[in-house]
Amino acid sequence: MITDAYGSTIQSFRVRVLRQDCPGASPYWQSFDVEYESDMNVISVLQRIAAKPRTRDGRETTPIAWDCGCLEEVCGACTMVINGRVRQSCSALVDKLLAEHPQEIVLEPMSKFPVVRDLMVDRGRVFRALQKVKAWVPVDGYFDLGPGPRQSRAQQEVAYPLSECMSCGCCLEACPQYTKVEVPRATNETDESYQQRLHGTYDQSFIGAHAISQAMLFNAHPVGRWNAGERLEALTAPGGVQVCGNAQNCVAVCPKNIPLTTSIAQAGRAVTLHKLRQLFGW
Amino acid sequence: MSKQRVVVVGGGLAGLACTMKLCELGIPVDLISLVPVKRSHSVCAQGGINSCNDLTRQAGDSEWKHFDDTVYGGDFLQHQPPVKEMCFWAPRVIDLMDRLGVTFNRTLEGNIDRRRFGGTLYKRTAFAGATTGQQLLYALDEQVRRWESDGRVAKYEYWDFLGPVVDEGGVCRGAVAQNLASMEIRAFPADAVVIASGGPGLIFGRSTMSMMCNGSAASRCYQAGASYGNAEFIQVHPTAIPGADKLRLMSESARGEGGRVWVPRTPQDPRAPRQIPEAERYYFLEARYPKYGNLVPRDIATREIFDICVNEGLSVEADRLCVYLDLTHIPKTELDRKLGGILDIYRKFQGVEPSEVPMKIFPAVHYSMGGLWAAYDRSADGGLIPGSPLNHQTSIPNLYAIGECDYHYHGANRLGANSLLSCIFSGLFVAPGIHSRLGSLSGGTASDQNQSLYAAAVQYHREQHSALLQRPANGDNPYQIHRELGDVMTKAATVVRRNDQLATAYEQVCSLRVRAQQCGLSDSGNWTNQNVVFTKALLDMFPLAQAIVRGALQRDECRGAHFKPDFSFPGIAASEPMERRREAEAWCDRFEANNARWLKSTIATYGGEHPRLSYEDVDTSLIPPRPRLYGLVGAEIIEQVWNERQQLGGRERKMAQPAAVTS
Repeated sequence: MITDAYGSTIQSFRVRVLRQDCPGASPYWQSFDVEYESDMNVISVLQRIAAKPRTRDGRETTPIAWDCGCLEEVCGACTMVINGRVRQSCSALVDKLLAEHPQEIVLEPMSKFPVVRDLMVDRGRVFRALQKVKAWVPVDGYFDLGPGPRQSRAQQEVAYPLSECMSCGCCLEACPQYTKVEVPRATNETDESYQQRLHGTYDQSFIGAHAISQAMLFNAHPVGRWNAGERLEALTAPGGVQVCGNAQNCVAVCPKNIPLTTSIAQAGRAVTLHKLRQLFGW
Repeated sequence: MSKQRVVVVGGGLAGLACTMKLCELGIPVDLISLVPVKRSHSVCAQGGINSCNDLTRQAGDSEWKHFDDTVYGGDFLQHQPPVKEMCFWAPRVIDLMDRLGVTFNRTLEGNIDRRRFGGTLYKRTAFAGATTGQQLLYALDEQVRRWESDGRVAKYEYWDFLGPVVDEGGVCRGAVAQNLASMEIRAFPADAVVIASGGPGLIFGRSTMSMMCNGSAASRCYQAGASYGNAEFIQVHPTAIPGADKLRLMSESARGEGGRVWVPRTPQDPRAPRQIPEAERYYFLEARYPKYGNLVPRDIATREIFDICVNEGLSVEADRLCVYLDLTHIPKTELDRKLGGILDIYRKFQGVEPSEVPMKIFPAVHYSMGGLWAAYDRSADGGLIPGSPLNHQTSIPNLYAIGECDYHYHGANRLGANSLLSCIFSGLFVAPGIHSRLGSLSGGTASDQNQSLYAAAVQYHREQHSALLQRPANGDNPYQIHRELGDVMTKAATVVRRNDQLATAYEQVCSLRVRAQQCGLSDSGNWTNQNVVFTKALLDMFPLAQAIVRGALQRDECRGAHFKPDFSFPGIAASEPMERRREAEAWCDRFEANNARWLKSTIATYGGEHPRLSYEDVDTSLIPPRPRLYGLVGAEIIEQVWNERQQLGGRERKMAQPAAVTS
């Protein structure tokens, strides 16, 4: 229960949202008054606005576009910048936000990805990076070939936290070296040629902490390590681990507490060793 | 002739397993999903995945016992051949997931660790912390990404499946879908379409399901002529964390790892839970079900929690119904290692440390046992014929259904840790059947069809879309109607069902449907218009909601998750042996008569304003139905009488086996 400066329970609170109608359009701010209920999170705030889309100054408007899925902080969909901090909106509880910042709750889209509309952004580049580092175990196929390799409890306890990465993009939003890449579609461009151009551009840009960490996850897997060289090649290509400026913001904002900087340090060492091996033919 | 393609709708465990297997068989796939597939609802599954394994086997377990537990837990409502096939595949499914790199918890010797789940006495459940669904999904997502890199899969993420394309002969020839950003509507010609769209939790407003689990894809197939089976069988999970936007799941694994459910014996005891001495706590599940304790099947745990709060007034809080789920007796290091993920959810959303303070939980809508009707091809040994194109085909040829959105495997109640299994199994198993279908298509391939078939389908959906956008803005708000629908459904069609309430609810759903058809949109734009997409999904919730309520209304019995107190069988009251025996005989007579009437799947077909219901015999040829006696008073004498009858009647019964259901 949240009270105002005079100790009485608040009736409503203010929410300010950075909106944008479509890619290329200018962003603008809108403010809403939302009736206070107990146990609210930012998702329920946006749901209440959608059910009654009217701004503070009484103008009818459209519901705010945003992305969400599980509402349990395991899918990564509802990531946005809330009161200046990147996080999932489902686990952003209104009581806590108002306790920290009683005037208003400020919602903005992530700034490192192209805005689709309002708080929705296009995070296709995140998934493209996973392709680039070949983040998978290259199994022979899906027929029955018996059990997988035995693994120690210690190995599992290292791998499990890395594999909790939900590709939400928090680490990328916080990273000074990860900059926005927007590839507007040309008129009359086919789906195929646009996608090729888009992926070509993504592949030249920084892959970011999450993908480096995934490369390390699979390089540590008893079978995945057999093509570790291919992943290290991807990590040394343009946009690879060398771009990291060691700001360490990634690990600070990761909602799953993934040891991203440990992965990056590991990747740095592995890449150096890989290069030396190539150089001296070890 | 151009290369044949398959459309898969939905990228959860079932859709991804199917996609990667199709790719392996050389078939290119168009994968359509409302969300990036890595964010599918399967990520929310927590506890684990079941199979008989080396350890349980030496304790007397077998694939057959897993099959038996599944069928018994499901109150015999499922066709048995698919269940048998699944349970015999289960160890291989886990082997495969292990090879794909799933970070299963390990024993000291490096084997996959197992935990116990509800409805069984064996430790069958493999798990990866308490985020097993997420870990399994990611492994499949990675494999599909690998095929995507090879160009075998084209992903259409943020696309909404609007319906199958069905030709004049009633055969599915592809799908129509809409891009959620540009709102473009286009056809995807395909030689088979696989629906793997998950459950319809949003029909109940708040549930444990994700926001895209609106049932629209299944509903659109149903409205296009596909039959829908056992709609009324909705699982209400015993333990969820109540929330304003969602009821967050608290996995059964919390009880599998030793969690105990209790309430203070004094109603709304004001003391902090750990100050309440043992003698003043009521561990009602352990007291009422000494054999299974806290791990009774879900439908039973749910009803007991509901009963203790609603009928006995022992809810922990006065203004909010809840009971304690207590883990505080388990060392924190062990909790973190085995349940870390779910305890984090509780900490984050409730701000309370569950290793120190018992959690407060209450039941929530969780899973649909029912779904699109699907065929199967029974083999001579009572399993399925691998590679048969009939397996998992809906009543529309070339349209398939797998995962939560089909009606197989779980009958009247699903056992914990069986859903991940049924999703992956059905995804893997359906692919070779589709492969054979592609080689034996009647009426040519999709590329042989007259292109006007696709143009007409796209035109139809474009018109529907424009008509919605042109609605006057002053109608009812669709989000408000959705809230009302959720309230009606949750009140009448969940834990306890009564005919008068169901009849009223049916009327209310019908009138809400009329209001929804006249609702107003506050956004008439044509770029990322979530308002219109939601409204379409809302409109498609009604046919399924009607099938659920009507199915529940007509089914005058108790079976699994479907509980009507007016039709429940009381236990044995007498104490005198002869009288007890007589009551048990009468009980068994009544049980047999009820099965003769109601051991049938409800089959709904779309009838426009109202569903048309019919009933289908269940293939119980492998394990004869027997009373489900968890915790019933007088269970021993009923079981004794029942067993005597079986021995006498065994021979006759064998001669009266029903034939397999195939299309």
